[in-house]
Amino acid sequence: MRVASVTNAGLAFLVFLAAPVLAQDNEIENLRTAIEELRADYEARITELERRLAVAEQNSTQAVYAAQQAQSLPSQPAGSDNSAFNPAIGVVFQGYLRGYDGEAREEEGFAVGETELIMSANVDDKFAAYLTAALAFEDGESALEVEEAWVETTALPAGFGARFGRMFSGIGYLNDKHTHTWDFADQALPYQAFLDGRYVDNGLQLRWLAPTDLYLELGGELMQGESDPSGLGTYSLFTNIGGDVGASHSWLAGASYLDLDETTSLSAAHFVWKWAPQGNWKERNFVFQTEYMERRDTSTDTGWYAQAVFQPIQRWRFGLRADGLDLDVDDPRRYTIMTDWSNSEFSRLRFQFARSESGPDDGNEWGLQYIHSIGAHGAHAF
Amino acid sequence: MPKLMIAMLFILLPAAASAELRVFACEPEWAALADELGGDLVETYSATTALQDPHYIQARPSLIAKVRNADLVICSGAQLEIGWLPALLQKANNRKVLPGNDGYMEASSFVVRVDATGNLDRAKGDIHPQGNPHVQTNPHNITAVARALGGRMAKIDTLNTESYKHNLEQFISKWEPAISQWEDQAAALRGKRAITHHKSWVYLLHWLGIEEVENLEAIPGLPPTAMHLGKLTSEFSEGGAEVIIRAPYQHAKPSEWLSERTGIPAIVLPLSVGGTEGATDLFTLFDDIIARLTEAVNGA
Repeated sequence: MRVASVTNAGLAFLVFLAAPVLAQDNEIENLRTAIEELRADYEARITELERRLAVAEQNSTQAVYAAQQAQSLPSQPAGSDNSAFNPAIGVVFQGYLRGYDGEAREEEGFAVGETELIMSANVDDKFAAYLTAALAFEDGESALEVEEAWVETTALPAGFGARFGRMFSGIGYLNDKHTHTWDFADQALPYQAFLDGRYVDNGLQLRWLAPTDLYLELGGELMQGESDPSGLGTYSLFTNIGGDVGASHSWLAGASYLDLDETTSLSAAHFVWKWAPQGNWKERNFVFQTEYMERRDTSTDTGWYAQAVFQPIQRWRFGLRADGLDLDVDDPRRYTIMTDWSNSEFSRLRFQFARSESGPDDGNEWGLQYIHSIGAHGAHAF
Repeated sequence: MPKLMIAMLFILLPAAASAELRVFACEPEWAALADELGGDLVETYSATTALQDPHYIQARPSLIAKVRNADLVICSGAQLEIGWLPALLQKANNRKVLPGNDGYMEASSFVVRVDATGNLDRAKGDIHPQGNPHVQTNPHNITAVARALGGRMAKIDTLNTESYKHNLEQFISKWEPAISQWEDQAAALRGKRAITHHKSWVYLLHWLGIEEVENLEAIPGLPPTAMHLGKLTSEFSEGGAEVIIRAPYQHAKPSEWLSERTGIPAIVLPLSVGGTEGATDLFTLFDDIIARLTEAVNGA
């Protein structure tokens, strides 16, 4: 633009100079030619300047992009560590509407289940901490119960990890799974009968992971137990192994032992097999899992469950479960079917129907459940 | 008993004794890049294949075992692996590869990410507030990540620092001319319009000058709805796009359904190495992408 206005000024100046000799035709012709030459010359120069400007602009854009690439290293925080909030906070909302045939029961009707409040974060470079509290409404009153509150080491060498505080024990398969990750609305019978739902206690857990391609984990716990709350009178041992078979199959197997007190102990074994075509979990998948438990005190009681859950298309899952106990007094059996629909991985609506036989809960039970979560949501274990 | 213990040692030792730098890559493109830069010095493992959706992976025991033994974990980041990587890192008891240490890096933090919203509202679907994580589809991004990864390998494996530097220069000297060649081949694609299944291709489309006019997913991460597909059918019945793109792991039906009704060709593009038969390494990945795009657009 600056070049153009200089050109205009130059032309005006030439016209001004030429004014006194306008009468002479030759001169006019000469001047006209000169002006044309000047204009052509300037236009050529302007074009050249414009070309150089365009090139310079392009180079500078590329330079800026390259500079951005080079400088962007520290400006963009790493993002898969779930620490967008510190601490990461999540809430899981759950509710259950259930009904029975036959006589009326206490649990019948709608209940807002445990609302789980989950907080976690790295404490520093060597420790991480985790808290789950359950908000429950019981008998018209709300209660806050600390489910888990533990601190974990992140800096032990050689594949060791330690955890201390209040925790879900690492025994069994379902024991340390939170209720919102269950595939059925209620816990399997052996857990209900032998562990009052699950084994949760205060103490210390040590785990070691073998440096092998086969997953091999050994773990043990020292817990307070009920018999001697002042000491660590209870211990447990557990092991898990697992691996893949091709791209589509994976499995986990384990065994555990829990010594509750001098007279009571529990042994358990579990096996889980998961399938998804090409390992692409989102579209279609299938999970089979089973556990066996044996509780010994004055007598020996056993319990088991086996379940299969199939997701034929995105969002929809269908499940079957059979569970049972072999007790001194009776041998209850239960058969459950469920189907659930998940709009996203953060919401789930479930229908469940169970038939119980030869136990205290004899009869049919149906239920509708919702599970919704907001906030930071930790990655689920296998 | 001693016999058993000796047998156990033989089982346990091979993994512990190997001298290579063990790289655990969340996605196959980063495993391929580590192979390019490490050669015989590294042993790479990819947690996913190009036929799996890396958003949805189970935190499998086999993956935990691999992270346990890794010297370096490289992932796309920007929350792509948020559903499973934290579970692996927590169970693997390997302090070297925890975020904040040299053994952990996120590829997408070394490039200019697009679509960073900072918006955390999940009503908008499966969004990544830190920007789109599928950065590997622009080869210029691969260059940037290669420099970062090469530098990191050289820093961790100090015995072979010079080799990694040499390998990096070798790779860049082959990669840069290849980019120019792809850009020449794809010149005719500039200005074309694409409908994509999921926002997996923004970096590729930006690079090639192709406009992304619509997604089959009305809300990112949720399956395409009949209503949205119906709307697209009427919108694109008279043209308006030259190609419909999906990744190998995405359901074929929605794009084929729309293709049948609009006449716009629907194609599968490899999102990573191994996504198609032709995409055997990083170079052939882009060869295959450009070839498939060109064929679809020219055929239309």
